[in-house]
Amino acid sequence: MFGAGGGTSSYREVEETDVVFLWGANARENHPIFFHHVLKAIHRGARLFVMDPRRTASAQWAEAWLGLNVGTDIALANAMARVIIHAGLVNRAFIDRATSGYAAYAAAVERYTLAYAEKETGVPADVIERAALALARADRAVICWTLGITEHHNAVDNVLSLINLALLTGHVGRWGSGLNPLRGQNNVQGGGDMGAIPNRLAGFQDWTRDEAVRHKFEQAWGVPLKPEYGRNLTEMFHGMEHGEVRAVYVIGENPAQSEADQHRTERLLTGLDHLVVQDILLTRTAELASVVLPASSSWCESEGTVTNSERRVQRVRQALEPPGDARDDRWIIGEIARRMGRDWGNPSAEDVWNEVRSLAPMVAGMSYARLEQHGGLHWPCYDESHPGEEFLHARLWAEPRVGPPAPFSVVEHDPPVERPDAEYPFQLTTGRRLDAYNTGVQTGGFTSPLTRGETCDMSPEDGARLGVGDGDLVQVTSRRGTVVAPVRLDRNLRAGLVFMTFHYQDQVRTNVLTIDATDPKSGTAEFKACAVRIEPVRATAGAVA
Amino acid sequence: MTAFVSLEPPRRMVEISVDGKSIRAPEGSTIYQACRQTGTEIPTLCYLSTLHPVNVCRVCVVEVEGSRVLVPSCSRKIEPGMVVKTDSERVRHSRKMVLEFLDSSTDLSTTPEVAGWIEAYGAEADRYGPPAPPAPAGRRDGLQPGHHELVEPGVRATVAQPTKVDNDLYIRDYGKCILCYKCVEACGTDAQNTFALTVAGRGFDARISTEFAVELPKSACVYCGNCIAVCPTGALMFKSEHDRRAAGTWDESAQTVTQTVCPYCGVGCNLELHVQDNEIVKVTSPLDHEVTFGNLCIKGRFGWRYVQNREAGSNRGRTG
Repeated sequence: MFGAGGGTSSYREVEETDVVFLWGANARENHPIFFHHVLKAIHRGARLFVMDPRRTASAQWAEAWLGLNVGTDIALANAMARVIIHAGLVNRAFIDRATSGYAAYAAAVERYTLAYAEKETGVPADVIERAALALARADRAVICWTLGITEHHNAVDNVLSLINLALLTGHVGRWGSGLNPLRGQNNVQGGGDMGAIPNRLAGFQDWTRDEAVRHKFEQAWGVPLKPEYGRNLTEMFHGMEHGEVRAVYVIGENPAQSEADQHRTERLLTGLDHLVVQDILLTRTAELASVVLPASSSWCESEGTVTNSERRVQRVRQALEPPGDARDDRWIIGEIARRMGRDWGNPSAEDVWNEVRSLAPMVAGMSYARLEQHGGLHWPCYDESHPGEEFLHARLWAEPRVGPPAPFSVVEHDPPVERPDAEYPFQLTTGRRLDAYNTGVQTGGFTSPLTRGETCDMSPEDGARLGVGDGDLVQVTSRRGTVVAPVRLDRNLRAGLVFMTFHYQDQVRTNVLTIDATDPKSGTAEFKACAVRIEPVRATAGAVA
Repeated sequence: MTAFVSLEPPRRMVEISVDGKSIRAPEGSTIYQACRQTGTEIPTLCYLSTLHPVNVCRVCVVEVEGSRVLVPSCSRKIEPGMVVKTDSERVRHSRKMVLEFLDSSTDLSTTPEVAGWIEAYGAEADRYGPPAPPAPAGRRDGLQPGHHELVEPGVRATVAQPTKVDNDLYIRDYGKCILCYKCVEACGTDAQNTFALTVAGRGFDARISTEFAVELPKSACVYCGNCIAVCPTGALMFKSEHDRRAAGTWDESAQTVTQTVCPYCGVGCNLELHVQDNEIVKVTSPLDHEVTFGNLCIKGRFGWRYVQNREAGSNRGRTG
């Protein structure tokens, strides 16, 4: 945000903050060790508020659970802003010093009255007010979010609505106050840091707009760079649909099962001229490939670095020899380059990292020796005497302010693309469970007493209405597909809301149900909201009555 | 522009005497910490830097001038001018008794360092007679306060009982449990806050228990394994370690420990992979790392099997 894609606070600050908002984030199950830091804050007396349609394991630790209707986050955030403005609790000094666009924002949130918000979000007005006042009155507060915010067709607007709250209350750029997207994968932050995104090179540098950046990279690599952004994942699939993308090289990703609207995904992947999959496991995507390149596991059979949610760059190290013909990703990519006529030599992971350091100022000070010595360093870290910065955007509080002001953004409530109706009366939302991970290719390797396979979780009220109980099979149908799964009654769900994971896609293909309504700015699909119909699967004719 | 903030005020240094030597340590340190920092080793079983001291093992007791009783060095804070003896006759005698009682009643065969202490302090568990036969499975779990049964004269009471193996991830061998409370603390407010474990019973019948002594799969346990990580005796143990020990293939001298980062969510937990014969045999996390403080979740602790599923099985196997 404000130019750098990363959470602004360190975990240590979360322990020492006064108010924590977990918004669309079930950290207790999905970021358990981050939640340990939250628990330390709670034991110190910090107040936790959880915004989630489900009464999650995280919500059970909260002072208040704001059980909003799926996809009403902006209505909730804007209503909180209005409460804060009307209570005279805006951080006037910070707004004047460090932000722009406040007047337009204040005018825009004016129509988000508590009465409107209660009706739209389903959260009682007094609870909205309590959370808003807690945020505004806190000396320090952190706002954390996850996919409950970003897996929507208006993901970016959702994030902006939370940034607005931090700007309004001055809860950013200070020790213990910040805005933190909790990353869902061990190197999702590092992937962005390293330029594995279509619109930035390593260190979030934009080569299309900044001549000096382009020149620097062209000099280093000895090739001209076209000043054009690449495609994000959604745009790639769009390209496949329209014949613009004919070959795909997938490294360590399982889009055949992780993407929304799976029937479409499979059709597009199987329709390619050439699909190369480089993976450690024979995933569903690998099964569709023309060529599979067996890879070594990046976290235990290889060397390198990853970046976590607090921007801490840490070393991964090789502990195991990879099996059979599996090769390091770095070696495979180098060989492909060699076959294409480019000899990159045989650089070590440290050689590659040192090249990154030479080109990306934000990690320039992070030698392998220092990463080792400090147990990882937070970026930015500009030189070898720099300790790394635990929180970002201190510049907003500098006197006089350094750099451009942080802008308020006017964002309006825009409900999910597909809402329950007479034909598809249930709201399906998807997510993760503690003991499993994403499409399950990794966590499928072990079982525990927590492993229970896929279920269609619903409220006891809905179970009674449908005449089904725990373990009964139901057919779940959306406009895109249908699956059969056993029911699990869950008192933490409200009537009308059902929950499924995408961890057991070999058994239950949840993503045939989900909708690929996509945020145009982030490319993220609306995994969190689609409409489904649920019908009990009755005993077949052959069964004994 | 640096964003490093020190939140703790500088601490005054306090001078104390340890075994006749004058040492200085920051105000607020415990005797144990002050001694460790200045090179005096004190044995302990129940102390761990990440947990609140509970003073139960009594191995770390020292003599403090002016104190009627020996004090647990793990929790007693230093005071200016304090005169401490860590190895006096009285201290040595107390440690000998404590180690004798522990060794006579529990299986310390997988407790690191304890064999050396037993020898150093001359603890002789055998002088309490031959051990009583192990309790049958589940017997000790049902003992009620006020109904303690004495063993036969001349036979020493023990907590020996069959190992509890009720899941694929870790085992509980309470014949090795010294009731140090570390697992209770790690499962409770010191780390995991799940509260699946507590102490049940009284006196010699006290034991670590799940709610109503149910099996782990029926308990509140979330399999983070943070209890295994703090257990000092091997009473709580990875099933992978337990199975290798049973098969005679556990060999710590042939193991490497490599620090890396967990492959799952974006929190960035540091893992120490203990590897033998090119297989991960257990996973720990460094106690002093600011991300984890030694704690992990089920995925980081146990979710690594897929990398070594080298034959095609029920789940998706390795390429290569």
